[in-house]
Amino acid sequence: MIVGAKPIAAPLSGAATPLLCVRDLTVSVRDRGTVRPLVSDLSFDLHAGETLAIAGESGSGKSITSLALMGLLPNNVAVTSGHADLEGIDLPALPEAQMRPLRGAKVAMIFQEPMTSLNPVHTIGAQLSEAILAHETISRRDARAKAIEALARVRIPEPERRLKQYPHELSGGMRQRVMIAMALAMRPALLIADEPTTALDVTVQREVLDLLRDLQQETGTAIILITHDMGVVAECADRVVVMKSGRMVESGKVLDVFARPAKSYTRDLLAAVPRLGAGAKRGAPQPPAAQVPVARLVNAKVHFDLGANFLGRPTHRVHAVEGVSFDIRPGEIFGLVGESGCGKSTIAKALAGLVRHDGHIEVSGQQLSSLTAQGRKQICRDIQMVFQDPMAALDPRMTVGEAVAEPLLIHGVGTAAERHARAAELFDRVGLTPHQMSRYPHEFSGGQRQRICVARALALKPKLIICDESVSALDVSVQARVLALLEELREEMGVSYLFISHDMAVVENIVDRLAVMYLGQIVEMGTRDQVFGDPRHPYTQRLLDAVPIPDPARKGRPHIRPAGAQPSPIRPLGDPPAQLALRDIGAGHLVAALS
Amino acid sequence: MVEATAIPHAGPLRRLLRRKLALFGLAIIFLVVGGAVFAPLIAPFPPDEQLFEGLTLFGEPMPPGGDFLMGTDLLGRDLFSRILYGARTSLIIGVVANGVALVIGTLVGVLAGFIRGWFGAVLMRFTDLMMAFPALLLAICLAAIFQPSLWIVAMVIALVNWVQTARVVYTETTSLAEREFIAAEKTLGASRTRILFRHILPHLVPTLIVWGTLGISVTVLLEATLSFLGVGVQPPTPSWGNIIFENQTYFQAAPWLVFIPGAAILLLALAFNLVGDALRDVLDPTQRGAD
Repeated sequence: MIVGAKPIAAPLSGAATPLLCVRDLTVSVRDRGTVRPLVSDLSFDLHAGETLAIAGESGSGKSITSLALMGLLPNNVAVTSGHADLEGIDLPALPEAQMRPLRGAKVAMIFQEPMTSLNPVHTIGAQLSEAILAHETISRRDARAKAIEALARVRIPEPERRLKQYPHELSGGMRQRVMIAMALAMRPALLIADEPTTALDVTVQREVLDLLRDLQQETGTAIILITHDMGVVAECADRVVVMKSGRMVESGKVLDVFARPAKSYTRDLLAAVPRLGAGAKRGAPQPPAAQVPVARLVNAKVHFDLGANFLGRPTHRVHAVEGVSFDIRPGEIFGLVGESGCGKSTIAKALAGLVRHDGHIEVSGQQLSSLTAQGRKQICRDIQMVFQDPMAALDPRMTVGEAVAEPLLIHGVGTAAERHARAAELFDRVGLTPHQMSRYPHEFSGGQRQRICVARALALKPKLIICDESVSALDVSVQARVLALLEELREEMGVSYLFISHDMAVVENIVDRLAVMYLGQIVEMGTRDQVFGDPRHPYTQRLLDAVPIPDPARKGRPHIRPAGAQPSPIRPLGDPPAQLALRDIGAGHLVAALS
Repeated sequence: MVEATAIPHAGPLRRLLRRKLALFGLAIIFLVVGGAVFAPLIAPFPPDEQLFEGLTLFGEPMPPGGDFLMGTDLLGRDLFSRILYGARTSLIIGVVANGVALVIGTLVGVLAGFIRGWFGAVLMRFTDLMMAFPALLLAICLAAIFQPSLWIVAMVIALVNWVQTARVVYTETTSLAEREFIAAEKTLGASRTRILFRHILPHLVPTLIVWGTLGISVTVLLEATLSFLGVGVQPPTPSWGNIIFENQTYFQAAPWLVFIPGAAILLLALAFNLVGDALRDVLDPTQRGAD
């Protein structure tokens, strides 16, 4: 405990009295006259200084539980029975006027997306002071001092300078630290973290998780960690509640639940979690064929110009992709990994013709930049894309049957009846039934929608499918099934994939070869076994090290802590970054030389 | 996300008719259209005949009741007959002129928003110019150049009223064009016309319905203003707008002369709004099963 901490009532007696006691909590939604439970009969205890993870897939009611504890339920949703006592006060039963002073002071919450939770038009300092002044009658100067202290506690460098900055000036990880600083400023007894690291890169996630753990040891705050990521559960939580469709499936100590899951749902969930190292069991990838590559990039570059001086000329340039070269062979799954902003999605867009590029990109032997509009359209038949968010990638006003038949219509393939038959066949192939074709995208689940996108991409029998984070938004069990589908399709149709992902475990499980990108350049490239088995570049090593491992026995292993600020791909005009030279260290395993 | 159930979806018309408010709106629209079309059969008097018995001995207009269902105006003309004939003018203005304005605004906005570049810039700067120009002044100029008639007035109204629609449609198109499903269409090799007409325009329908129904009362009143200034529909042809303007100075002595045509405009605008709202929900596939 830090000196000067606010006294917290009653955590002293240890295990005897829990800080938070939830009993038979039922939360229901009123929907056109009917009352439907979202969470049913949930019970758990939480002691001071403990971390409880509520884990589950989407729709399991985990977020609704946290909103119920905070008294932030939407208007048509209410707690219909049960109670949740925080130090003897039933939180859901409190009227809003009495709940408000408790929020922040006793119970605080951090959300998934730090950019949308911070007000973009106020400085960090103003928002932090406001949060403090809402609970304490102290002078502005004292509030400012407290704000600096709060920022220093979450290890933000130069806290005084940060106070004057706006949210957009900070990186994602910094913003989430500010959110944590804000949540912990009043030293609440309970912190609810709703998917706090889901929107963050894996190395940043590592920093935030480490920080939460350290802070908990300092302050003794109890944490409810809501997450879908079993790796995060294993690394951070003491106990876990597994939820499914609003009901508690299983609860217990993390070690026990992971080692001996009692319920079949928990077993399936844990089995579906992609694990680093599992790919090696799959056996050696197929030997590289000596055929013409499906796609070849030679020194490809993509730049975006930014800013404008008084003549309207750009002053800065984003070096999104800076001299990238690789081949994708027929029937191969080529992975592209890296953190947000490393240029992996930009490569996908350049290949699909959505952004302009320099350098040489060819698809099935034809150079993209030399194509006419007609040739461009023909190339679309060879190269198709599956996006991250299937809901966004499907026209919400078009039936899914039309959507799958549309590529055929665009390229004038067959008659209407033939197109319909082909679409029905594709629906069948991706595990949906043809009678669902007259429905609209919103009538499907996330996994089904992604299957529809895969069916649409397959319609023209392409040679290459670009999967840009295509399984990242899906629940793990759904993710596993979509990945299996992709692999089946490769064997059946000989299609190649460019598989772009930030999730190292997923990549290891599916790719044959991969390239690791950092700031628009490739730092390491090779077969799966080369890169995962023998990572040579320090960035690859850090990336692998940061992946949360769904094995609580390995909790608390030491991590590489990065030093210094993240460099930016935005540079003044006329100052291009140095081109990294790739060195072959044997059998095609390329590693960038260290600068 | 709920798994789709096997309930067959009713057609859009059936679902529209299931809404009470939409039915009410449709009834009013049919009433007004019917009144306008069959005005010569329904009207008890010719609309521009100054009746001797239409004024009191002191030369005042007759209040509603008796022979005159809605009373008479200052010249002793039957107000009910004038409202029926006026519905013809007002419907043409509110539906045709407003519809043309909507079409122009949509075309300009969608092209500028989708094509961007210098073409879009020129279109939008022209829109801004039109917006900055006083609409009334422009209308007066145009109406003065051409011989004032109902169709000229309709055209003038269409030409000054498309700018707001263009602005709104432009903004919405630019954000739609950035949506991922549009990028997905491009990767499928879809042509620009296909993207524009098959994937962008349907998404603009809700906005257009709202703007279209709001525009009805605005255009009907603009016609009244123009008529008042003498460049609109020429007397003695009645329109709901010019009935109000002719009589507004006698509002205290003969309130029905302003109140009745005012209520007619209000009811018509309300009816279109109700139907438009319902239509928007019914045509939205993401709302299916919500009613």
